[in-house]
Amino acid sequence: MNQENLVPLRYPLSAKGALEPPAEWAELRERCPVARVRLPSGDEASLLTRYDDVKMVLSDPRCTRRLDAEDAARISESESGGVFNAPMATALYSAGQQRWRMMLTKWFTAKRVNALKPGIVAMTDRLVDEMIESGHPADIKARVGFPLPVWVICDLLGVPDTDRDRFARWSDMMLNLTRYGQTEIDAAEAEFGAYLTAHLDMKRADPGEDLLSSLLTATDADGAGLTDIQLVATGQALLVAGHETTANMIGKMLAMLLSERRRWERLVADPSLVRTAVEEALRFDANPGFGMPRYVEQNIEVAETLLPRGTTVVCSMAAANRDENTFAGADEMTLDRSPNPHLAFGSGPHSCLGQSLARTELQTVLEVLLRRLPTLELAVPAEELRRVEGLVVGGLRELPVRW
Amino acid sequence: MKVILDQDKCVASGQCVMAAPEVFDQRDEDGVAILLNDSPSEAGTEDVQHAASVCPALAIRLSA
Repeated sequence: MNQENLVPLRYPLSAKGALEPPAEWAELRERCPVARVRLPSGDEASLLTRYDDVKMVLSDPRCTRRLDAEDAARISESESGGVFNAPMATALYSAGQQRWRMMLTKWFTAKRVNALKPGIVAMTDRLVDEMIESGHPADIKARVGFPLPVWVICDLLGVPDTDRDRFARWSDMMLNLTRYGQTEIDAAEAEFGAYLTAHLDMKRADPGEDLLSSLLTATDADGAGLTDIQLVATGQALLVAGHETTANMIGKMLAMLLSERRRWERLVADPSLVRTAVEEALRFDANPGFGMPRYVEQNIEVAETLLPRGTTVVCSMAAANRDENTFAGADEMTLDRSPNPHLAFGSGPHSCLGQSLARTELQTVLEVLLRRLPTLELAVPAEELRRVEGLVVGGLRELPVRW
Repeated sequence: MKVILDQDKCVASGQCVMAAPEVFDQRDEDGVAILLNDSPSEAGTEDVQHAASVCPALAIRLSA
């Protein structure tokens, strides 16, 4: 039976250490799999923490992303509800999410991403070169984790190297729930939109091999293409979805591996574990950010609890990834864990479009660092690592290392 | 060896294509895996076993 919590928990939940899960997760999975929570906006939602429930809701067509519905919970204090109901999200929703996704999928298949790998290795080597040159201790998040995904996305979009820093700043501002005010977020969005509009005009005149050039002329099965607004929104969406998430995951993955150095040493001794180690880091990440909100369009039952139409649910994939009923020894980081059906990229038709790219970036960073800097270690005690505040995506403020 | 792919379980992670590109591909429209060859040669066995073990959805089964 589901125990009702009478006083809603404040969400997001807090945790003791930067790499530790919130204490409530285990308790909630056990006793209160559908928990009342109060979001930063003050609105209430239902939090799901069990693997089976989260997985079901993420792929259930009755639970949609219509978070701008009249009675949907707002996520943050800011009027627009942050990135989940930004104009970008609305433009893409109107494009028909699945139609839009189909036009993009071919850019993110494993084969395509494999072809990008040599370029990603070269970019990573260059960033590591520059970090080594400036000497240690170094903040590897700022040096490698943050720039790499922007470089990769800029390449994908055909954006010149010289504009990479501006891209990084826009991305940071658009994903923020509390650090910047609504005016600043709106300004960043407008600036970025104007840049992309000009960029599209350039690509229209002089098409390249990049994703946006191909989308300019692409049509779906019915022969319909994307409008300019939708194309700009696509550029925004790819940056927002692919930058902070991957950048922070690089930092957290390295922190998890270095905070217990025998993990790092095991990989140095056996680099063939890189692939499973990356999956395990994705599963084990206790600080992934907000989770995935969904709007319930028709009554559904989850963990023997009725979720009435109009409910907003928050799926905690990270809590689900620690569910002992699915993962034996869920609170242990097991570098060769297999199988590892974690939900870090979601599940079902809305699961992360860029997951192959993200995996390749994470694997590449790890491979390059194991090869170049096998003596890598944290330059501060793990207890001193701090979480970033105010982002939809969780991460560490910095990750000081030496070698 | 026989490879069985359950497309309903597939979550389009593309991991199998990374592991065994001769045996698996992804549909352009939704990234769901497709089987190029359900009886791969001896030489490809290891790759296919690897693909099955890294599939996040456990959608690949192998039989003798």
